[in-house]
Amino acid sequence: MAAAPTNAGLGVQFHQVEKRYGPLLALRRVSLTIRAGEFVALLGHNGSGKTTLLKIAALLARPTGGRVEFDGAAGKDASSVKRRIGLVGHNTMLYDELSAEENLVFFGRLYGLENPAERAHAALEPAGLAKRRGDLVRTFSRGMRQRLAIARALLTDPALLLLDEPAAGLDREGMKWLTETLARLRNTGCTVLMSTHGRNEALDLVNRAVCLEAGAVVRDAAAGPDLQAALQDAAREG
Amino acid sequence: MGLARAAAIILSKELRAEFRTRELLNTTVVFVLMVIVLFSFTFDPTSAESRRFGPGLLWLAFLFAGSLMLQPSFTREQANDTLAALRLAPIPPVAILFGKILTNFIFLLFAELLLLPVFAVFYGLHILPVLGRLLLVFALGTLGITTAGTVFSAISSQARMRELLLPLLLLPALTPVLIASAESTVGLLGDEPALPQVWTVLLVASDIVFLTATWLIGEYLLEE
Amino acid sequence: MNSRGNWASTLAVAALIGAAGYAALFLAPAERTMGLIQRIFYFHVPSAWTGFVAFFISFAASIAYLLRRRPKWDWLAVAGAEVGVAFFTCVLVTGPIWAKPVWGIWWTWDARLTSTFVLWILYLSYLILRSLVADPERRAVTSAVFGIFAFLDVPLVYFSIWWWRTQHPQPVIGRGGYLDARMYAVLFVCWAALLGVMALLIHHRYQLEALRYEVDEMSIEADRRS
Repeated sequence: MAAAPTNAGLGVQFHQVEKRYGPLLALRRVSLTIRAGEFVALLGHNGSGKTTLLKIAALLARPTGGRVEFDGAAGKDASSVKRRIGLVGHNTMLYDELSAEENLVFFGRLYGLENPAERAHAALEPAGLAKRRGDLVRTFSRGMRQRLAIARALLTDPALLLLDEPAAGLDREGMKWLTETLARLRNTGCTVLMSTHGRNEALDLVNRAVCLEAGAVVRDAAAGPDLQAALQDAAREG
Repeated sequence: MGLARAAAIILSKELRAEFRTRELLNTTVVFVLMVIVLFSFTFDPTSAESRRFGPGLLWLAFLFAGSLMLQPSFTREQANDTLAALRLAPIPPVAILFGKILTNFIFLLFAELLLLPVFAVFYGLHILPVLGRLLLVFALGTLGITTAGTVFSAISSQARMRELLLPLLLLPALTPVLIASAESTVGLLGDEPALPQVWTVLLVASDIVFLTATWLIGEYLLEE
Repeated sequence: MNSRGNWASTLAVAALIGAAGYAALFLAPAERTMGLIQRIFYFHVPSAWTGFVAFFISFAASIAYLLRRRPKWDWLAVAGAEVGVAFFTCVLVTGPIWAKPVWGIWWTWDARLTSTFVLWILYLSYLILRSLVADPERRAVTSAVFGIFAFLDVPLVYFSIWWWRTQHPQPVIGRGGYLDARMYAVLFVCWAALLGVMALLIHHRYQLEALRYEVDEMSIEADRRS
């Protein structure tokens, strides 16, 4: 793989962010500052607002109240910020009727990568998908799709990596790869915000845990015993 | 990344995906053929009168086909939420719309051109002398259908009963395009073939209005 | 507007309508050939103009909503569209009522009636669209975009149908172009009265939408507090 450049990570701040979907309040006046380079676990039950928070961080959803800001981006406009964000979402967001390679090349081109074909090829190798690169995603298993989705998020060397329950559907090999990749990213300074419902090996890399409940932050534990307690509680409930 | 470049990348992706399966193309072509055949049961295609009716029926068939084949434009992106991936990318959101407008334009025009010779044979029309101008009318009319159709497809994909809603939104809105296209076609295939100026200008005006409105307000349809 | 204001304006508009009706029935000169039924013209034509004004209000409100995102613009947009559809319905009903005794047929595909019919369906689709989108913000945005497209389409629809009629003229069933000065006067009085009705209806429809919004907000606030 090409030498990974140091990602001067992107920091993201939520100022009184509220998100409503019709009668449903997904997020209630959430204020949270995530500094560049932090590796944050986002904990909470289904429906606690984790996915919505990640979507707002990815500029996929607009807050109905408050605002979200970034620092460390080249420009203030949406395009410059999006250029540096990678998201592994709830859905795979992959085209079934295209091959693994074609998917990556397409997204690589959309992100303005210079050699999309080479980068795609290089991204598939560590994900263990090189042999299946010409096969349509329709033929992939759940685990393989998840790996491809993660590879796609990493393709553009993000400075802010957002992961929504990335372990879902991953087999043991895939989980190992994900954990190694996240460790490497943490060391290069990339900011990582990872939501998880229950037990997840990558949680060992985390240096902060934020717990959401019914759309509000109920706990914010930085490194130390506090953090361990939070993680253990989450593991017990999950 | 600029609007044009992003739209072109999306266009090439859609073309690649569609030509692999050709399901949309096949269905559209067969559908229009079927409509033309059905129409010929209600009107006698060989009579002189049908020269006047024929083009109108042809454009009706294109309009119906369009309103059916345009819906998958956005519903296909809902399966794995690939629309979110497009909205994540650092491209102007309206590029997604224009990429799809171009895609649908190429598909629909391609289907229409496949059917043109068939139609000419059924209705005994002389299309070769006016082929160039006929293609112009086809292009302008199809651009109107696919621009409004793609935008309304983005609208209806957010509603219930979308398969019924899209034609309901599209058909009244495209009345000017339908009339202008049909009349232009009649003018070209009549006894003294000529491209009616007023209708052509109306087609161009409709296209400009739809494209400009899309450019100005289309992005709001893609928000969450 | 408070209750007394409501009463006052309703009475004022009612008086205006009464005056307009009187003018149309008794003050306007008799038309040469068509007899009494012709007087329906004084409501048929201004209904179309009024419907058009209502649609314009909806159009302007749609633009304002997309730019400002304040819910009140969405309320105005739907109020304008609904009232416009109501007036266009009047046009489509008074048309046949007029046509049947005069020309013996219920419907003519003349330019005005045909354009009205197409636009009536178009705005009916706008209302149907609104009923099919569940999320209020999505509903407001999608209907604002569609509403803008629809209104921009209005001149295209009118022109294309008018030119089509010019190219394929029907046997003469015209309305007669000549209008006496007194007829113009009555026409404008009727239009003013109908504009009054339009304003009143839009106001009340707007208030209804505002109330619905307030109810929703209260339940959200209760949810927020818990």
